[in-house]
Amino acid sequence: MSPVTTSRPRRRLVNLSNFPLFRGTSIAVLVGMYLPLLLVVFYSFNQNRLAQIWTGFSFKWYDFVFHNDDILRALKNSLIVAVVATILSTLLALGAALGMLRMARSGRVFAWGLLGAPLLIPEIVLAVGTLGFFLTIKVPLGHVALILAHTAFCIPFALLPIRARLAGLDAAPFEAATDLGANEWQILRRITLPLLAPGILAGALLAFAISLDDFITSFFIAGPGATTLPVYIFGMIRSNVTPAVNALSTLLLIFSATLLLAVYLLNRIRRSD
Amino acid sequence: MSKVRAPKSPGRPGQASSWLATPTLVFLILVILLPLLITVVYSFLSQPSLGTGVKWVFSTDAYRQIFVQEKLDGTTAFDTRYLKVLWNSFYYAGIATITTLLLGIPVAMWIATRPVRFRAMLVLAVTLPFWTSVLIRTYAVRQILDETGPIGGFLKIIGVGNSYQILYTPWATIIGLTYTFIPFMILPVYASAERFDFRYAEAGYDLGAKRWTVLRRIVIPGIRPGIIAGIALVFIPGLGSFLQPDMLGGGKTNMIANVIANNFGQARNWPFGSALSVFLLIFTVLFVLMVTTGVRSRGDQVRLI
Repeated sequence: MSPVTTSRPRRRLVNLSNFPLFRGTSIAVLVGMYLPLLLVVFYSFNQNRLAQIWTGFSFKWYDFVFHNDDILRALKNSLIVAVVATILSTLLALGAALGMLRMARSGRVFAWGLLGAPLLIPEIVLAVGTLGFFLTIKVPLGHVALILAHTAFCIPFALLPIRARLAGLDAAPFEAATDLGANEWQILRRITLPLLAPGILAGALLAFAISLDDFITSFFIAGPGATTLPVYIFGMIRSNVTPAVNALSTLLLIFSATLLLAVYLLNRIRRSD
Repeated sequence: MSKVRAPKSPGRPGQASSWLATPTLVFLILVILLPLLITVVYSFLSQPSLGTGVKWVFSTDAYRQIFVQEKLDGTTAFDTRYLKVLWNSFYYAGIATITTLLLGIPVAMWIATRPVRFRAMLVLAVTLPFWTSVLIRTYAVRQILDETGPIGGFLKIIGVGNSYQILYTPWATIIGLTYTFIPFMILPVYASAERFDFRYAEAGYDLGAKRWTVLRRIVIPGIRPGIIAGIALVFIPGLGSFLQPDMLGGGKTNMIANVIANNFGQARNWPFGSALSVFLLIFTVLFVLMVTTGVRSRGDQVRLI
């Protein structure tokens, strides 16, 4: 930075951070956002059967989680659904992102409406609608139904990073490829997809996190045989088996945080290109 | 395509045949649009006398049931229960929108005025909870608010905790909504604040305006698109919340989603649940249209998605 510009931002910061309560409110909100989650982590190591009365450090609830057949079965269901829904939704999001660039305006408005619907319409409305729809057309509740429903609401999340990366692409390699006589398929395979790769991966990770964490849709669509982990946890909370819930929640929080950090790092690749 | 290829307009980098979008649109029509339509159809059908599902006989009973209660002796009376649930939904979501706004604007402004390298970290800190399970975050709030939790424990130590009960009250639901939705407010407001040219605020100071005047007359109007997007992103999904009233309100402070869920579950009245679902859908669409068209007429750019 040149010396001419340094004085301005510094003065600006002093003025605005002096708005009464801004700094205090911000720190309080950030602490408030993490404190309940840290408490879940803290209680997960509590030896006591009553989660909130601390009697000593213990890994026994983690031991319980890793050796409980119902939990492991729910985890397996969640992973099957999340993996398949992630692959399907990422492919469909990629197709939409690429295809929509050349769509007529009216078509694009319609497409955006459809793609945005799962983000804006309350999940309960979609969940009960999907339940009724599947029963009407005789799709049995279970893994397949879950995969279809999860794929639908994962598409917009997979789309966001792909679209962001697409918008930042440089025109030069495409012009060069066209001038050198590459056809559309070659351009797609050799230029577009490699350049989009970090966005595609980021989209897939977001879709995976969203699918894995979903509760409401899974609650209605899973049926008795395909209970997912969040649905199982909800049941555990209802029947007050809290210390194990804390351990399980801690594991899920760590997993989600890891996925998000990966997305964050992938998004930074854009800058170093 | 002609034989001699005219120099095509360069188009946008990466564009491909619009057919590539077709499978996605067909899929979404099948799995999003048709379920919404079937909900509308279900809301005009009758309840079977046994079991779950619907009986394929046209009826407007489901909509009547929202306002009218049929007593056992066959008489009917105006029913305010579900109107109250509707009111609760607007009220809780509304209060949560106001609290996230009051807390979120300072946070977004504060982050936007940090040095660049801190900003990315702070945004990440706000985004992280956004991607973690609402179920777990609601459960975490429940554990904090519980009488045996840290707040209750603290109040007991200082001797005022005996009547402490916030869990299973409307306030617990509102706190839960505020907690789970606050990233939806901070992030869009921050996106606007980051683009805001703070030299305008500086000019305001230089011309002798007080801090609050600068905030009210220059800064807030400058970040208005973010504020509108934030209000929409908290209020619209907030209206359809299920977990927060269920786990924190304890079933006593139902919102519309809880009644819908109950009618597709234990109460086994699918047409009625569908009618409420259609209501919620209509409110949602109206709000989205209000935000997008109202904003366009003022010339602001607001992106909800």
